[in-house]
Amino acid sequence: MPRRESPLQFEMLQGTLDMLILQTLALGPAHGQTIAHAIERRSEEVLQVEHGSLYPALHRLDNRGWIASFWGTSENNRKAKYYRLTAEGRKQLASQTSRWEQVVRAIGRILNPATEHNE
Amino acid sequence: MNWQRFFKREQADADLRQELESYLEITTSEYVARGMNPDAARAAARRKLGNRTLLREEIYYMNTIPILESLSTALRYWCRTLRREPVFTAAATLTLALGIGATTAIFSVVNGVLIKPLPYPAADQLLSVSHFAPGMGFETPVGMSPSMLFTYREEGRVFQSIGGWSPDAATVTDLAEPQRVRALLITFGTLQALNVPPLTGRWLSQEEDTEGSPEVVLLSYGYWQRQFGGDPNIVGRAITVDSRPRQIIGVMPPSFFRLMGQDPDLFIPLRLDRNRLHLGDLGFLGIARLKPGVSLAQANSDVARMLPIWLQSWPGPNARFGREVFEKARFSPALRPLKDDVVGDIGKSLWLVMGAVGLILLIACANVANLLLVRAESRQHERGVRMALGAGRAQIAQESLAESLLLGAAGGLFGLGLAYRGIRLLRLMNPRDLPRLQEISIDASVLLFALAASLLSCLLFGLLPALKFAGSHLGPALRLAGRSAGTSRDRHRAQNVLLAGQISLALVLLVMSGLMLRTFQETRKVRPGFTNPEQVQVFSLAIPGSQVAQPERVVQIWSEIIKDLAAIPGVSAAGLANSLPMDDTKNLNPILAENSSTEPGTNPPVRTFKFVSPGFLAATGTRTIAGRDLVWDDIYNHRSVVLVSENLARELWGSSTAAVGKRIREMGNEIRWREVVGVVENVHDDGIQKQPPPIVYWLFATANFNGAPLNVQRNVAFAVRSHAAGTEAFLKQVRQVVAAVSPTSPVVRPRTLQEIYGDSMAQTSFALVMLAIAGGMALVLGVIGVYGVIAYTVEQRRREVGIRMALGAPAAAVKRIFLLRGLLLACAGITLGLAAAASFLRLMSSLLFGVTWFDPATYGAAATALLAAAMAATYLPARRAASVDPMEILRGE
Repeated sequence: MPRRESPLQFEMLQGTLDMLILQTLALGPAHGQTIAHAIERRSEEVLQVEHGSLYPALHRLDNRGWIASFWGTSENNRKAKYYRLTAEGRKQLASQTSRWEQVVRAIGRILNPATEHNE
Repeated sequence: MNWQRFFKREQADADLRQELESYLEITTSEYVARGMNPDAARAAARRKLGNRTLLREEIYYMNTIPILESLSTALRYWCRTLRREPVFTAAATLTLALGIGATTAIFSVVNGVLIKPLPYPAADQLLSVSHFAPGMGFETPVGMSPSMLFTYREEGRVFQSIGGWSPDAATVTDLAEPQRVRALLITFGTLQALNVPPLTGRWLSQEEDTEGSPEVVLLSYGYWQRQFGGDPNIVGRAITVDSRPRQIIGVMPPSFFRLMGQDPDLFIPLRLDRNRLHLGDLGFLGIARLKPGVSLAQANSDVARMLPIWLQSWPGPNARFGREVFEKARFSPALRPLKDDVVGDIGKSLWLVMGAVGLILLIACANVANLLLVRAESRQHERGVRMALGAGRAQIAQESLAESLLLGAAGGLFGLGLAYRGIRLLRLMNPRDLPRLQEISIDASVLLFALAASLLSCLLFGLLPALKFAGSHLGPALRLAGRSAGTSRDRHRAQNVLLAGQISLALVLLVMSGLMLRTFQETRKVRPGFTNPEQVQVFSLAIPGSQVAQPERVVQIWSEIIKDLAAIPGVSAAGLANSLPMDDTKNLNPILAENSSTEPGTNPPVRTFKFVSPGFLAATGTRTIAGRDLVWDDIYNHRSVVLVSENLARELWGSSTAAVGKRIREMGNEIRWREVVGVVENVHDDGIQKQPPPIVYWLFATANFNGAPLNVQRNVAFAVRSHAAGTEAFLKQVRQVVAAVSPTSPVVRPRTLQEIYGDSMAQTSFALVMLAIAGGMALVLGVIGVYGVIAYTVEQRRREVGIRMALGAPAAAVKRIFLLRGLLLACAGITLGLAAAASFLRLMSSLLFGVTWFDPATYGAAATALLAAAMAATYLPARRAASVDPMEILRGE
């Protein structure tokens, strides 16, 4: 089957999703469902994680060697696949976070003077 | 994507499945904990996860290489269809294999003979040295005289080394029994120019090529193995060659000297004596190696510079045959790459055959394309379903191409196998007119060619169906739902064009092979100048001067042998000559006729000289047209008589009868005229397809010939006419006769005149056989193509036919529909083919003999044969169409 083309806005979100996953795992190993929950809770339900994109994202990060996986037992005694951050992943997280902050600041600088002018 | 994951992706998928499963469970239990009922909780969890299969696919594809994936899919798919449609697959693969195999085999011949450099180091520096001498009457370049060799060696600026050679035979006597071996007389410089190191020992040095130093000889690898069992200590031993002891100084590697059909046993130094050389002896062959960076044109201009020096530096052959003859000869250089000499004029027919098999490949591709189109149509419905389910057009096109690629690969592999067989067969056939046969093999460039041919064929036959059906519309494909009702005209257009093209190519090939067959027929009709050659036993004998010095004694030995041969029961005639008809030896010299004058400033034209004994012409069956044959009394009484051929008599004196009694003489003799006592029929001495040369027959022992007291032939060929010729028993009798008279003379190369004649007929045989095969293949492929397309059309129109017949159409009318269609296509193809043949076959005119390239009879016959075959191929499916049962069709509605 041919891969689906993702529109531009999704691509941006995808990169962000990777960073959010890494950030979540920085607190400790977790399985897919926990990761999704954690992101949703900490964003105060603003960000809803599509599971359709969560698993490919996990797989992609695994492929790049930023996270590693192992089979473990969930809180309610079920077999689940856990993910943890690797050293490489930690480095990536740091660099991606700082780049993200740069971008946010930059965008903020562009947006703020305009609002000041309007006032 | 990494390789490890690529190979582990099945496991990764299983892992993922489990992971998703556990996700579902965890989520479900979470929802249950929130108070949902289990079923609703599970459904909600599923909803949240979305399409699991899609998810799995997405992740699965992260681990694949798309091209490999579609290839392996196609491979599996193709293997399934292979099992489902074995006939189609076999037909397509076999057709391709034939096309690719034939082209690859012929390419390997072209590669081995024409393209590959000669097997010498830096072979492109090697030249053969010859000269034009139009003023002497030679049409083709003459060789190099020994004096030229010395001039070029001493004055030349462009040659690294230069040498001369001449084929010869020698007798080796210190073995169990005397042995006649093939020898090559070489000068210093020949081996140096070829630059192939000896297996053991060393080359010939300049001192050893000079009179006065100890006599030496080099062995060929074959002779070393046969005669000395490959003795590693052979260098330094002595053998007796032509009654002279010679020290062996080296052994040359196998197949080292194969130039111009030579395969010598011994290499003997020529030892030219510089002080006794003259301008003459042009039959010598020269080999030179250019200095690096020197072009052929530079070499030619350097030789042109040296030719006047040469003319000034040396005397004429004798007082009567002086320098002025050579000054009038207008010598000019005719150097050419040594390869051109070796390959000769086979190039033209090889390229022609290559073109012919190229056409075969095209026909094969058209055939396979048609087969694929037919099959693609029958899979229209399947494709429609796949597209409806979401398969992309690009993907279907890709798969169709991949399938073609696999078909091409299979065809290529089988084809390579066929080519390999073909080459082995060719080696077995050993066609005489094909040089460098040993060098024909499947090497890297042949493999590359096979690959290219396969790929090109894939493109040719695969692109059309791929494009056609990737672009087809989904709607009609589905609507048809497997039933082919009114098929649109447009869908058959591609097939019709392919078929017509195929028929036209087949016609071109048929005309080509027809023309070659006509050439063969015409060649057979030519009267060669001798009769019943299968009844003429021929063999060679030699008496070297070192063995019997006096010429009178040689005459005595030869005449005794001839008389004893003639006395063998069943022998009707026997005689000897310096050379046999058509045996590729040439002795060209000018003569003067009494009371005739040549234009001032020119030389009299050269004629073929033959030296024969009484009885020789009777033995070969060459008829006397006027006057009488030579008799033994002419020899005993020292009569000064000659015979001439009919065409020479006509040229000089107007008719055969007028020639008898006229007188001629050779150039180097101003004293004695020779009387023409008889005129004999023309002999095609230069080959059956060449004009018979004007021939002068001198007695094999002639007093005062060119000034020599008694000129006698020491190296001769005998001809004996008997019904027993060619049998072992007869040969035994011949050997006994020879041994009784001259025990030290071995009988060499016994064969019948038929063999020599057959060799001459073989000039066309390679091209003939190849083109005949190509023509046959084209016919078969064309017929299969016609059959396939018509049969398919019949299948497609079964419903229509059934309805027509139900409405009252007679069977004959139905049959006519299809026959007409076949006729139309065949006629279109044949018309196209006739036009193509008429415009391209001019190229093969140099290969034809006795028939022009535009021979209406051949064209007509080829067109008729093809039309008949096409109609036969149409008739079968047409008859099947007419036998359709209308009830059955209607019931199927």
